[in-house]
Amino acid sequence: MKIHRKKKLGVILFVAAGLSATVGLTLFALGQNMNMFYTPSQVAMGEVETGRRFRIGGMVKEGSFISESDSLKVRFETTDFVHAVPIEYEGILPDLFREGQGIVAEGSVDSRGVFSASKVLAKHDENYMSQEVKAALDAADALKSNNSLQSISER
Amino acid sequence: MIPELGQFSLILALCLSILLGTIPIVGAEKSNALWMSLARPLAAGVFVFLAVSLVLLAYAFVTDDFSVQIVAAQSNSLLPMRYKITALWGGHEGSFLLWTFMLAGWMLAVSIYSKSMPVQFVARVLGVLGVLCVCYILFMLATSNPFDRVTPLPPVDGSDLNTALQDFGFIVHPPTLYMGYVGFSVVFAFAIAALLSGRLDSAWARWSRPWANVAWAILTIGIALGSWWAYYELGWGGWWAWDPVENPPLITWLFGTALIHSLAVTEKRGVFKSWTVLLAILAFAGSLLGTFITRSGLLTSVHAFASDPTRGVFILGILLLTVGGALLLYAVRAPLMKSNLGFSLVSREIFLLINNVLLVVSAASIFLGTLFPMVYQALTDDLISIGPPYFNAIFVPLMIILVVFLGIGPMSRWKKTSMEYLIRQVSRVFLASLFLGLCLPLVILLEFSLAATICVSLASWILLTIGKDLKNKLANKPSLRSGLSSLSSSYVGMVLAHTGISVMLIGAGLTTYFSLERSILLGPGEQVELGSYAFIFNGHEEIRGPNYIGDRANISVLRNGSEIEALYPERRIYLASGTPSTEMAIDAGLLRDLFVTLGEEKEGGSWSMTVYVKPFVRWIWLGAIFMAMGGTIAAIDKRYRLLRRRKIEKSKEREVAADLAAT
Repeated sequence: MKIHRKKKLGVILFVAAGLSATVGLTLFALGQNMNMFYTPSQVAMGEVETGRRFRIGGMVKEGSFISESDSLKVRFETTDFVHAVPIEYEGILPDLFREGQGIVAEGSVDSRGVFSASKVLAKHDENYMSQEVKAALDAADALKSNNSLQSISER
Repeated sequence: MIPELGQFSLILALCLSILLGTIPIVGAEKSNALWMSLARPLAAGVFVFLAVSLVLLAYAFVTDDFSVQIVAAQSNSLLPMRYKITALWGGHEGSFLLWTFMLAGWMLAVSIYSKSMPVQFVARVLGVLGVLCVCYILFMLATSNPFDRVTPLPPVDGSDLNTALQDFGFIVHPPTLYMGYVGFSVVFAFAIAALLSGRLDSAWARWSRPWANVAWAILTIGIALGSWWAYYELGWGGWWAWDPVENPPLITWLFGTALIHSLAVTEKRGVFKSWTVLLAILAFAGSLLGTFITRSGLLTSVHAFASDPTRGVFILGILLLTVGGALLLYAVRAPLMKSNLGFSLVSREIFLLINNVLLVVSAASIFLGTLFPMVYQALTDDLISIGPPYFNAIFVPLMIILVVFLGIGPMSRWKKTSMEYLIRQVSRVFLASLFLGLCLPLVILLEFSLAATICVSLASWILLTIGKDLKNKLANKPSLRSGLSSLSSSYVGMVLAHTGISVMLIGAGLTTYFSLERSILLGPGEQVELGSYAFIFNGHEEIRGPNYIGDRANISVLRNGSEIEALYPERRIYLASGTPSTEMAIDAGLLRDLFVTLGEEKEGGSWSMTVYVKPFVRWIWLGAIFMAMGGTIAAIDKRYRLLRRRKIEKSKEREVAADLAAT
């Protein structure tokens, strides 16, 4: 092999080694830092193991919001209109948090079935519904119509 | 009537850009001088009609013409004038018009500042930009016409600009970001023109460099403004969230950074040609990707515009057409380019190659993390999100390695540098920066911290290697002054930009590891301590603004028992939309920011609030300012201008000679 070919090969090998190492590490890191998303129905039916971090999305149930007067603890329920999951959070809620609005919360569920959130996100635009909340409501709709079909066929 | 004129003007701009996208390119192919000469007037025409369009749309906003759909959706008669004008880019349609106008602006700039380049080349560059213009205007007219009317009856008042956008940051961040983003289209057009002509030489690199530098500098400022705005407006005390819409500008910026370095090698040494072209294409693709992600509604984020799938498909079409076409052309033409790999394994070329590999790899992994949720959803139907830990885990180590090489690179020489020489140059600098990294945090913080040590070591490594390099450069000069004035402005630009990295590194590192924050409920007269500061809540009052009502808290900040600052965070309710919004109060300082956000009133008159102490956070944006200054100074390097003057003189002489010969 000529010298310049050797050099070229060296450069190519160097780049290839760097790239493949990074792709491997990247995929590993992706797998480690992936937050799955679940709907209130999935959580209520116990599809998520306790202690695992994930995201939940749905509407804040009307009349469920309780705020402690002497601390920053709040409690509310998020619902997809089939099942509701209680959420506990300590901190300041986003500006657009309101009952009847879509939210996404990040955290984990404990053995009592209560979701303790480390982060609560509310939608930022009147015309815009978060993809996750929308997915949760769609899934619930599908479930509802399935159930009613089943109940019809059972009859 | 006025909005229809605006639309008419937009259609005229489309017609002219269709001409611009075809005639000069064909002319360049056929060496038809007349056809090529049409490029400049056509580019000016496109600019004028887009400008008219933009002004007429702004007029609709200023005069509260709520019969125009986007005015009704994004403005309100109570809105202060500065937001009425800027509400233009508060939504998808208007902001895309601004984006297209920016492209036309760059196009005009190219047609003015390209007198030294061959006519054929200029015709191709403007032609390629014309094709982009066609795509963008067609997209607007087909899917998102900013001049659409509300039918049948216009609303009495508009539904107001999103409250989070009613802020100074909104006035400056989008135009700057767009200008930087779109600037990379120019470099892209240069690369395509060079591919079309088959002449990728160092002249091409020399012509592209100032444009790439300026676009990069503006993008740097644009991103920094966005980060600064998010910091003080969104109220979570962070300055970078790895949000899916923050990432594409960063990806573009990283490609752009690789590009300006690679262009230097191509210009000076004539190597890495095809790689440089590829980077130009990638940087441009990054900017289109940003558009796609914001406007397609595929990803959830603070920035996403209300979505419409046809838009996403259309932009994807543009993306495939332009980037795909460019890559195809590249695949056909690039193998024809020959570079002589005339450098050894330790040389400045290699260090710049390492710089490029690191930058491109980090850009690629951010790209992967940004798009992974989308791909995952398409494959499995499950929704996932990728959190900041992923991005930090990848980006931070890569940047640390990059900074280590950043110190050595400028000291190395082209072609061949001996390892002993480099080691001799940097060994003392290396020890000194380690020493500084160990001692400075110890003195200031009175405790050992690995993060602070790494951070300060790296920052001083950059500064000390720059100092050493300067010392070498000035060693043989008769006086300091003559030495300093002999430095080329590209070198000064590089020094400034690298200093900027060092400053930003200090800011980012120290803020991340030493920020304090606390959310708490305070009654009137109560206080909270944070670090060496005490925040006392003195009570609140009701306030009334032009288009909002709200509460303002009064908080005194004490340090060592004496009051140093009073802060007034607000919580507003905007009247038109009824949306609440918090306005934080910040006491900015070079060494630390104090920062309070107001939550809400609870029973008994106490308020929830979050207080922050953020050391060195301003340095992040200060660093960006240094970098942008560096980029700009490098772009105005004398040799680009000198060359231009010499060329013009030469061509004039030739013309005169030809005239003489003819007579």
